[in-house]
Amino acid sequence: MTDLRPTQGPMAPSDDSVFPATQAIEGEVIAPEGSIVAAVDDTQAAGLELKARSQWSYARMRFFRHRLAMVGLVGLVIIFGAGIFAGVVSPYSYAEIDLTHILQGPTHAHWFGTDALGRDQFTRVVWGIRTSMEVGVFVAIVSTVVGLIIGAVAGYYGGWLDNLLMRVTDLVLTLPLLAVLLTATALLGQGNQWRVSLILVFFFWTGIARVVRGIFLSLREKEYVEAAKASGAGDARLMFRHILPNTLGPIVVNATLAVGTAILVEAALSFLNFGIKPPTPSLGVLVNDAQQSPQTPTGGTTWWLTIFPGLTIVAIVLCVNFLGDGLRDALDPTQRRMRA
Amino acid sequence: MPEPLLAIDNLVVEFKTEDGIVHAVDGVSYELYPGETLGIVGESGSGKSVSTLALLGLIPQPPGRIVSGTAMFKGRDLLRLKKKELRRVRGNEVAMIFQDPMTSLNPVLSVGFQLGEAIKTHFPDEKDDAVKKRVVDLLRLVGVPNAETRFNQYPHEFSGGMRQRAMIAMAITNSPSLLIADEPTTALDVTIQAQVLEVMKRVQQETEAATILITHDLGIVAEMCDRVLVMYAGHIVETGTVETIFRAPRHPYTIGLMNSLPKLTEDEEWLEPITGAPPSLIDLPPGCPFHPRCFLAREKCRQENPPLAPVDVGAGHASACHFSEELIGRKSKFSEAVA
Repeated sequence: MTDLRPTQGPMAPSDDSVFPATQAIEGEVIAPEGSIVAAVDDTQAAGLELKARSQWSYARMRFFRHRLAMVGLVGLVIIFGAGIFAGVVSPYSYAEIDLTHILQGPTHAHWFGTDALGRDQFTRVVWGIRTSMEVGVFVAIVSTVVGLIIGAVAGYYGGWLDNLLMRVTDLVLTLPLLAVLLTATALLGQGNQWRVSLILVFFFWTGIARVVRGIFLSLREKEYVEAAKASGAGDARLMFRHILPNTLGPIVVNATLAVGTAILVEAALSFLNFGIKPPTPSLGVLVNDAQQSPQTPTGGTTWWLTIFPGLTIVAIVLCVNFLGDGLRDALDPTQRRMRA
Repeated sequence: MPEPLLAIDNLVVEFKTEDGIVHAVDGVSYELYPGETLGIVGESGSGKSVSTLALLGLIPQPPGRIVSGTAMFKGRDLLRLKKKELRRVRGNEVAMIFQDPMTSLNPVLSVGFQLGEAIKTHFPDEKDDAVKKRVVDLLRLVGVPNAETRFNQYPHEFSGGMRQRAMIAMAITNSPSLLIADEPTTALDVTIQAQVLEVMKRVQQETEAATILITHDLGIVAEMCDRVLVMYAGHIVETGTVETIFRAPRHPYTIGLMNSLPKLTEDEEWLEPITGAPPSLIDLPPGCPFHPRCFLAREKCRQENPPLAPVDVGAGHASACHFSEELIGRKSKFSEAVA
């Protein structure tokens, strides 16, 4: 057997890696003889590793070089960090009423001002972030898992099961969110964030189910799936070991974006009084509160009550979307090229 | 004669399409003996692959349907096994090597993981490091250099030939007694083909598995196989040992196949094709399916489908032609080369 590729030496472990070749071009090493060896030496001299790269390490690299995604990530770490450590970050308790300081604008003592009951707005925003974050993350995770299972089963088995599941999905998609929530809150009583989250999950799984079904439909026909089947793999193994990893990219992106959407919808619902009920502070509740007291006792506008929670919502959703975009680009395996 | 390892009898497979029923495999019977290599040749759509995919229940149903037939393998009828039993056979006692190594490996799982899966599927209690050791050994056996490093690499880091080696390794992980190779070298270039065939030979010696080699490359058949089945339009038209098929073919289609190949020893301006096109499998011509393209065709061929009948060329040689005797003495391009 004559294999032309070297089986020993520095080229061997990475003969399919793009690096030696690129390095040769970038470094302009154009040696007349043994140029490959020269390029490899040069690569090593430059301290570049010749280790084989997995798809994930490429994805990670692309992700960390994606500028907007980094902005989104840093932003989210700061905002969600404040939410997670709300007890430490906030100088007051969110329910602490101080009737001597009602509806005051931003000061040193109260960075974001105070509300109609003299509660510190900064504290309330921080706790609001926490609530909104809980809703967003919970909805994203649970609806992804539910959507994943339904979509995978529908796409993999096809036929009447697919038909049934997809018609159910269509049905859920046609339900009017507001009407159902109105009924649900009426039936279930006062909403806390978990109750609202569960109702949101009921609406959010559909998108992911459809995406996953689509991917499963196309991937189940792939030859590697048939090859795995021919080597004895059962349905569950084919679905979750062989097909699922191929769908992770779109799923992660979708789940990330779902965090943003869920926060937005929760804020809208709370603003309309159908979502989370006070005293639990959520960003939507805060904006709603601002509506109740549009003017200070002296007749000025209470802009700080709307602007700060509003801006926080915008910032969170923007960061989440940046992050989602970055993940989408990073997880697209057809994209080998790095870009900013 | 020893007991056959696999005995297929009157296998009929159909596909339902919008245009009608496609008779992909129409009454195929053959036997395979332990340790032998059987080549199945024929043009695209002749039912080569379908007849073997049916054995492992890999025909999508619907639209496919196994209408009749039995496939006795070690005392069991593969066509009547339950889904669960069939899964235990796949990749364990009967393994398959697919045509295109570029698409037959999962791009997001490392090659080592995928090979390990083939073991774990059948032996879930196997320890991880034992599995890894076995996989590395297998990769070495099929001639993958730096098997330890290669274990952790992904399919995109493998070249075509290396991937097909990995596929072969995957097929033999559980030492199957029957190996089905569906055009294992079609997607590879010629130099790599030779290497992969070499690997397959070595693997056969190592595992002593009987092999069904599906191909349309007569050169590969001559090099690898003991016996040959020639298929046309879902029927077996001729069968025999490699030696008799090449030396004294007794079916006009077989002769046509051989004559349509270029000969490397002569400068040929024109190749000699089989005239006409393969028949539609939805609407097969009456009588012998080959008669519209056959130089021997006459009235009888248009009315009666000839049975596969023994001819006196050698043991086990049979031809499905009414007038096979008229072909005595008729030489194919390869007759001299074999003789």
